[in-house]
Amino acid sequence: MRVIVMVKATEDSEAGVMPSNELVEAMGRYNEDLIKAGIMLSGEGLKASSHGKRIAFDGPSRTVIDGPFAETRELVAGFWMWEVKDMAEAVEWVRRCPNPMPGPSEIEIRPVIEMSDFAEVMTPETTELHERNRANLENR
Amino acid sequence: MQPQDAHRTVETVFRIEQARLIAALARMVRDVGLAEELAQEALAIALTEWPRSGVPANPAAWLMATAKRRAIDLLRRRALQDRKHAEIGLDLDDAQEDPVALIEHRLDDDVGDELLALIFTACHPILTPEARAALTLRLIGGLTTDEIARAFLQSEPTIAQRIVRAKKTLAQSGLAYEVPRGAKRRTRLASVLEVLYLIFNEGYAATAGEDLIRPALCAEAQRLGRILSGLMPDEAEVFGLLALMEIQASRLAARTGPDGMAIPITEQNRSRWDRLLIGRGLAALARAESLGGADGSYALQAAIAACHARAPRAADTDWRRIAELYDRLVAVQPSPVVGLGRAVAHSMAFGPEAGLALLDAPGLAERLDGFAPLAAARGDFMLRAGRAAEAKLQFERAATLTRNAGERAFLLSRAAAAGEGG
Repeated sequence: MRVIVMVKATEDSEAGVMPSNELVEAMGRYNEDLIKAGIMLSGEGLKASSHGKRIAFDGPSRTVIDGPFAETRELVAGFWMWEVKDMAEAVEWVRRCPNPMPGPSEIEIRPVIEMSDFAEVMTPETTELHERNRANLENR
Repeated sequence: MQPQDAHRTVETVFRIEQARLIAALARMVRDVGLAEELAQEALAIALTEWPRSGVPANPAAWLMATAKRRAIDLLRRRALQDRKHAEIGLDLDDAQEDPVALIEHRLDDDVGDELLALIFTACHPILTPEARAALTLRLIGGLTTDEIARAFLQSEPTIAQRIVRAKKTLAQSGLAYEVPRGAKRRTRLASVLEVLYLIFNEGYAATAGEDLIRPALCAEAQRLGRILSGLMPDEAEVFGLLALMEIQASRLAARTGPDGMAIPITEQNRSRWDRLLIGRGLAALARAESLGGADGSYALQAAIAACHARAPRAADTDWRRIAELYDRLVAVQPSPVVGLGRAVAHSMAFGPEAGLALLDAPGLAERLDGFAPLAAARGDFMLRAGRAAEAKLQFERAATLTRNAGERAFLLSRAAAAGEGG
């Protein structure tokens, strides 16, 4: 299964404080372990939300909101995409991660929705309908 | 922590660490079967200890230290036995070495990465490819015998026996437990890559409705390929094979219709191709090429797959480039199946007559006689060349040759369409 592993923002990351040399080194070693375990598919660090934008939807209206955004602990400062056998394996790998921030911080794991997650609610008929809709949309 | 939580943690940590544990132990005791047993012993100890004393701060290191202690105990006992034998005059010379010094010497010995050595041992060419695949999935993939049996549509006793025999063969062969160097490295690496691709193809051949463990073999082979590329970052063909598997796997969701019938690549819904895997595949291919491996057999197949992956629509496919890549591939891998693929590529790039000419070239047709895709391709070329009546016969012939019911229905529908057109 695929999971997104999100490093949550802190006041430091939002202020653009760069990580220490020690942390950069420890993270480098950790990433190497992830690669050698064959689970890392991709990963990126994100700039502070002051560089970000939000687009608010309400019916037909689109409103662009400039960062920074207030709810720091809910923001994402970086992410990986991993391929793991189950959530327990993802949790164990996150436990091994060095604390990504100078102070207290959080990492959140979210499984990616896969076709097999739909299997239970999809009959062959609905699958076919779904496929036909998709094909029609593309031929337009 | 609840005991059942501790149990779950033990099992998860063990699953992650199993291959490294076995690798480190095999290096000490020089026997993969024995190493596997010692790793299992460490697991059993953790299962009793952790629920009582709590999960250790570094569970992976704890497991490794415990397993190594078991191995040292075992080697000491053996040395002691040897000494007793020596005292009664059986084997004086061999018993002189101090067991602890011997173990320490082995641990300092530079044999390269232990996990890599385990992979090379499990994939040793003295074993059949099937035995190599089963042993690799068991020792490095951590699959159970039951899972491997279901994955390969075999009975559990068959696979269990295959694994036991493979371990025995390895133990009796007196192989050096190491990553091969120099001239041997090339053939040994080819043997490893062959096994990974065999596992991948077994998963790729799985059809809808089968046990989910079968398609999961693709993911397992990709994971093994990613591990190998992490351990051998300078081996071009490792990246060639990884690129090939990533790009082929990117089409897994698009290759069959809702009725389970195979959809040819030119008809697939490309929006369902996995862009992340394509991106990874193209990056791996670029790495293989930058390492000087552009003409490796896997890299060439990956480059062909990449031509499809890069085309936004089937009509955008660069068939001339694919034909040229096939010309190079047939030079390094002159198999009839590659020859058939080459003929199809040439028919798309230069017209159906070019394809027919390659099919009629000496050697190919005789070696593929009775192979349904050959007749199907010939029928396709003939139909496109305006020879509908001959095409109909070829599609009908292909339909009688295939064992796949869905494919037969598809070929008969093509035959019927050719009949109406002619």
